Amino acid sequence: MRVSEMIERYGLKVEAGEGGLDREVRAGYCGDLLSEVIANAAAESVWITVQGHQNIVAVAILREFAAVVISSGNKPDKETMDKANAEGIPLLSWKGSAYELVGKLFSEGLG
Amino acid sequence: MNRLRRTYPVRHGDFIHAGEASIHVKNTLKSLSYCPDLVRRVAICGYEAEMNLVMHGGDGVLTVVIAADEIRLEVADTGPGIENTELAMQEGYSTARDEYREMGFGAGMGLPNMKRNSDEITVDSSPGQGTAVTMVFSVGGRCP
Repeated sequence: MRVSEMIERYGLKVEAGEGGLDREVRAGYCGDLLSEVIANAAAESVWITVQGHQNIVAVAILREFAAVVISSGNKPDKETMDKANAEGIPLLSWKGSAYELVGKLFSEGLG
Repeated sequence: MNRLRRTYPVRHGDFIHAGEASIHVKNTLKSLSYCPDLVRRVAICGYEAEMNLVMHGGDGVLTVVIAADEIRLEVADTGPGIENTELAMQEGYSTARDEYREMGFGAGMGLPNMKRNSDEITVDSSPGQGTAVTMVFSVGGRCP
């Protein structure tokens, strides 16, 4: 599934990084501790987190994530959006809880 | 292959540029066709080391030495040093400020992640003397 399809299917909002919407999503990970995420998430994951600060972009680049979803109604900082735009890392937002979105993604086969 | 050595300054408290050195190292290794698993491990260790400098270490430098048989990351800072390195290597031990914890750092996973993802690690530090961390990654024959 491409990031653009995921956005459409689950009603996610694009906050930044539109240049990366063609990326393929092959896995998923949910977490708010950056060390835990960088160590354990697979490449090409969609990462679901409540964090919206700019260091999420560095983690997404280093681990080659497909996209980052900021959940629970949180929004990325301006600096985070600037960085994501510059790097083409899709930053998406979701009003519901991480649990809810992860449940939907997992039940459709995204491990 | 000749040795390639690059040094990157890392500034204490600079969350804006945090991770950029590791991203550059990762991209360099990738462009040189090192194994994806090795690139992943170096990226994780570089990022953790950079964040340690940004949060705890004071100004410092991250140096990468790239060779055919091994990759080395050398990270040195002029910060306050580590009182008890054995304790600092334990999973879950952290001296991070609350504001860093709220950002998802300071879970006591940095040094353990570096130990787990490198083939050799040495931590040389004492209070008031700064910290020097060296990590070595062996370059194996075939990609796993």
